[in-house]
Amino acid sequence: MFFTTIILAVREIRRHLLRSFLTVLGIVIGVAAVVTMVTLGQGATAAVAEQISSLGANILQIRPGQGFGRGGGGAQAPDFAMEDVEAIEEQIAGVRAVAPQAQASALAVRNAANWQTTINGTTTQFFTAQQWQLESGRVWNDAEEQAGKAVCVIGNTVRQNLFRNDDPIGERFRIRDVACEVIGTLSARGQGGFQDQDDVVLMPIKAVQRRFSGNRDIRFIMVAVDDAYDTASVQSQIETLLRERRSIGPGEQDNFNIFDTRQISETLQGTTRILTAVMGAVAAVSLIVGGIGIMNIMLVSVTERTREVGIRLAIGAVASEVLMQFLVEAVVLACLGGLIGLLLALVVTFFLAPVIQVPFLFDPQINLIAFSVSALIGIVFGYFPARRAAALNPIDALRHE
Amino acid sequence: MANDPIIALRAVTKTYGSGATAFQALKGIDLEVATGDFVAVMGPSGSGKSTAMNILGCLDVPTGGAFLFKGVPVEQLDRDQRALLRRRYLGFVFQGFNLLARTSALENVELPLLYRGEEKSRRRETAMAALAKVGLADWWDHTPAELSGGQQQRVAIARAIVTNPDVLLADEPTGNLDTTTSYEIMELLTGLNRDAGITVLMVTHEPDMAEYARTIIHFRDGLVERVEQGAAA
Ligand SMILES: Nc1ncnc2c1ncn2[C@@H]1O[C@H](COP(=O)(O)OP(=O)(O)OP(=O)(O)O)[C@@H](O)[C@H]1O
Ligand SMILES: [Mg+2]
Repeated sequence: MFFTTIILAVREIRRHLLRSFLTVLGIVIGVAAVVTMVTLGQGATAAVAEQISSLGANILQIRPGQGFGRGGGGAQAPDFAMEDVEAIEEQIAGVRAVAPQAQASALAVRNAANWQTTINGTTTQFFTAQQWQLESGRVWNDAEEQAGKAVCVIGNTVRQNLFRNDDPIGERFRIRDVACEVIGTLSARGQGGFQDQDDVVLMPIKAVQRRFSGNRDIRFIMVAVDDAYDTASVQSQIETLLRERRSIGPGEQDNFNIFDTRQISETLQGTTRILTAVMGAVAAVSLIVGGIGIMNIMLVSVTERTREVGIRLAIGAVASEVLMQFLVEAVVLACLGGLIGLLLALVVTFFLAPVIQVPFLFDPQINLIAFSVSALIGIVFGYFPARRAAALNPIDALRHE
Repeated sequence: MANDPIIALRAVTKTYGSGATAFQALKGIDLEVATGDFVAVMGPSGSGKSTAMNILGCLDVPTGGAFLFKGVPVEQLDRDQRALLRRRYLGFVFQGFNLLARTSALENVELPLLYRGEEKSRRRETAMAALAKVGLADWWDHTPAELSGGQQQRVAIARAIVTNPDVLLADEPTGNLDTTTSYEIMELLTGLNRDAGITVLMVTHEPDMAEYARTIIHFRDGLVERVEQGAAA
């Protein structure tokens, strides 16, 4: 009997295709919205995690100022000096590598090709800290580092844009008015979250300071902590050391900050997760609205189909069978709507994810949940119209125009 | 046994509404219908014919009195029990045909079998046989919109008899049809009564149609005015 009811429901849906489609449109959109939001949100969370972890594991970033990023403490917070780097390296136990960094943004030019990129001045410790291998060539030696020679190691993106298929080793290109010799190329790391990690030119820090920034300041210091040591304790030792070196009295605030990348990663992931939840919740409201849409049209359709109900009752249908018929119709409709919604979400996220630059992650769980909810909506919102149909008096129903 | 009354009304009254607007449509009907009879119910408009038919068809219950169907007091049954009674023993034909729109003749005729839980293949077979009986075997896949009034009424009759009911109730079955078609429908009903032994109760305004009946019951103002033998007796 139950199977028959489903067949009847499907027949009824097929007989009124347009009406059926309009009935479930709300569910389709609701389910698609929820699944799209959550899927893209999860992709964004993963992208953030990926980007942070691409900075390296157990990495501390030290910057002047108090906030996250450059601002915060303002202009009075001085940059670091090479002596600070050396002090950390010599006095703190558990430090695997310390890499100072001075950055500049500049246009790199070679023959007709040019490319806007980031010039990152650092020491060879950078490669150790980042555990970044070379694809070809070599890194600069101590003599070149001390002299601040214009030699560079270039990322894969820069290589492709400036040199196409040529071998860049030994070649020169121009950054501002500096002719720079390529001595090495970095292995490709790819898209690290929202930013291309391979879009970089690495040079001895002295070269960048002298030729591009015009001072000896260090914008930030990257410290790689040995796996055997506790990152938090290393962090607090560095803080004590730097407070001393920067003459900060007791009770005064730090005019620099130290970020543990893992901590940032957790914070950011927490934030994107909350954002995902909020977007999902907003979309869920539209799903409820879709459910009310089903109820609305089912109620109208009960009125419209009063005579049909009368015929069924006269022929000998009992109330529960009529109730079942309308309920099953609502549930089958809602489930179909849910399925279409899932497909729609799949297509939308698949094509939208690359556009907003997050990875496409198919999560079966949210799909299952959204589908179950649409079935539930069918039951809940289909029940009232169904009960109304079942309660009809056969004579009145038959007389209904 | 064949002449036991299949239907018996005892002092049946029916009042619509309540209080000041209450209207007594049936004022005490006593009536017996023998198994296998062909009854025509006649009377002026508003005399309570349809009201009585609804009660006889177990679609409605009397306000007072007793209605015995095969000896069972119907007024004591609940909604669902009456539905099961209709499903098992009764067939209906209405003035307005009342077929499901956008649904093929075959599916319309199958409907009562569906509620009986019959197998699909048996459903098909039985429904096709019923359509053949009313002469519409070739029209099984047509929807009501694609059938003439007379054909629609035949489909309705096929639907009513597909379950082999004991009683066929028809409220003005020819009310919407022209004379020629009306006669065809009457021939069909007579045949079913004679060959399948189905008891037929039919409301009609036309004396020509009542000619087909063995018993004619005249209603007036919610009462049975008189019962006479029909031409077919
Ligand atoms: N649901 C109802 N509520 C109130 N009054 C009703 C209802 N149904 C019928 N009546 C009244 O009961 C009386 C009998 O109606 P009924 O339909 O039985 O007449 P009828 O003999 O079938 O008439 P007709 O030949 O026009 O079909 C009428 O006066 C009608 O107005
Ligand atoms: Mg009437």
